[in-house]
Amino acid sequence: MNVKKDFPIFENNEGLIYLDSSATSQSPKQVINAIADFYNKYKSNIHRGVYDLSEMSTELYEKSKEKCASFLNCNPQEIIYTKNATEALNLAAYSLTSDLKEGDEVLVTEMEHHSNFVPWQQLCKSRNLKFSVIKVNEDFTLENIENKITEKTKILALTHVSNATGSVNDIKEICKLANENNIITVIDGCQSAPHKKIDLKDLNCDFFAFSVHKMLGPMGLGILFGKEKLLEKLSPFLYGGDMIRDVRIDDTDFNDIPWKFEAGTPNVAAAVGFSAAIDYLNKIGMENIEKYENELKEYALEKLSEVEGIKIYKPKSQAGIISFNLYNNDKLIHPHDVSAVLNDKKIAIRSGHHCAQVLMDKLKVPATCRISFYIYNTKEDIDKVAEALKEARKVFN
Amino acid sequence: MSIYRENIMDNYKEPRNFGKLDSYNIEYSDQNPLCGDKVHIYLKVEGGKLKDIRYESEGCAISIATASILSEAIKGKNIEDIKNLERNDILDMIGIKLTPMRVKCAMLSLVAIKKGLNKNEA
Ligand SMILES: Cc1ncc(COP(=O)(O)O)c(C=O)c1O
Repeated sequence: MNVKKDFPIFENNEGLIYLDSSATSQSPKQVINAIADFYNKYKSNIHRGVYDLSEMSTELYEKSKEKCASFLNCNPQEIIYTKNATEALNLAAYSLTSDLKEGDEVLVTEMEHHSNFVPWQQLCKSRNLKFSVIKVNEDFTLENIENKITEKTKILALTHVSNATGSVNDIKEICKLANENNIITVIDGCQSAPHKKIDLKDLNCDFFAFSVHKMLGPMGLGILFGKEKLLEKLSPFLYGGDMIRDVRIDDTDFNDIPWKFEAGTPNVAAAVGFSAAIDYLNKIGMENIEKYENELKEYALEKLSEVEGIKIYKPKSQAGIISFNLYNNDKLIHPHDVSAVLNDKKIAIRSGHHCAQVLMDKLKVPATCRISFYIYNTKEDIDKVAEALKEARKVFN
Repeated sequence: MSIYRENIMDNYKEPRNFGKLDSYNIEYSDQNPLCGDKVHIYLKVEGGKLKDIRYESEGCAISIATASILSEAIKGKNIEDIKNLERNDILDMIGIKLTPMRVKCAMLSLVAIKKGLNKNEA
């Protein structure tokens, strides 16, 4: 794969080695140009004007949804655009829990990003629901979910791929189990949708959320998929313009799905950028992307394990994310210090708790270093990281 | 240039005043929500002066070294003067240039000390 040239960030930051795509990915010029094009030629509000520009803008927005739907194998009316995955998950959490009864139970896991953990935790508190947490085993798999399910369990919210360790959950199997028990599934696809083919009909989950900025697209756009039948019944999250059908003094009728869930002016430019990102990804092919990242990961695991004092938190099945810590005579070199040394060599890696403090507690570390890959990374990038880690160890010797 | 200069590494490897005080009248613990660096400070205040200080901390070299350097600088000083310390005073003390994210690591111990002192007054 030789795509680095498409990404202006590397031209503008000579020598940059970017290994933090789990936090956000870089954008190719095709995406950046599409956004500039929108602002240069088509900017106008959607669903409002009958003049040409507004028609054009509306069409671009709806096209983006159609593209997204075919990318995920679902219907366009099942796609809600939000500002990021966090808002998408909050929408699902807020609206789904408002239909539950006191004492009903929501299940999440210890490996969730805070954005698929805190909303459920807090809403369960204020709505008197039971909040239960599925534990993570030593080998980063989840403890037996079936044992955690009770008659009261109504919602299961869990991540497809852990952003902190890269471990992968078998969503298809888990959703099958949940469906058999009439449990609504909410899947956090932030770390899967950018890197592997997602077929929502095949996964058969009820809700699926992710952020466009992590898949070559612009910031400011999150996606929530919900099954049509469930969205029809679900109450709205935000109120305002566009989401209404008829407003009277005493009450309001809401619009059809998905608009019922999209109050106010959406980020049309980001939707246009997303279309370009999907085109770009499709051109390479999601299967090829997954294969390429797996190769990189294998190579990186081999190279990193040569670094003395490294501890890799390595789940059995994993995606293009590697979480590790560096030790010197059993003393942890704090991930911040490791990434600061790497930064001096223009290598960008993530250090911290990765918005997964519950999981860090489990690993008994305050934080980890994390490298994550995307299509613009190369084996040379990994060689440089391995070298820099060896040097970091010398600095802290 | 690397921020891991000799004074930083020295204070990181052998932090001064590290540990817990046997007798103290103020304690406060704080953490940096962004990165999880933690500090727990113990202060002995008498007659408007900081008689003694110790701290337990867990974090990066910058946060530990700064706690060490700061503890030496303020021991025996007037409480009012300590309360007036600011970001630039800390950066002067440690003598390195930091990015905004790392300034937070450096500020952690001072912030905890100030919060502890203010809590004591309340
Ligand atoms: C697994 C996971 N879930 C949710 C999020 C939140 O995404 P955003 O910050 O775009 O809302 C992230 C991003 O860091 C993530 O990695």
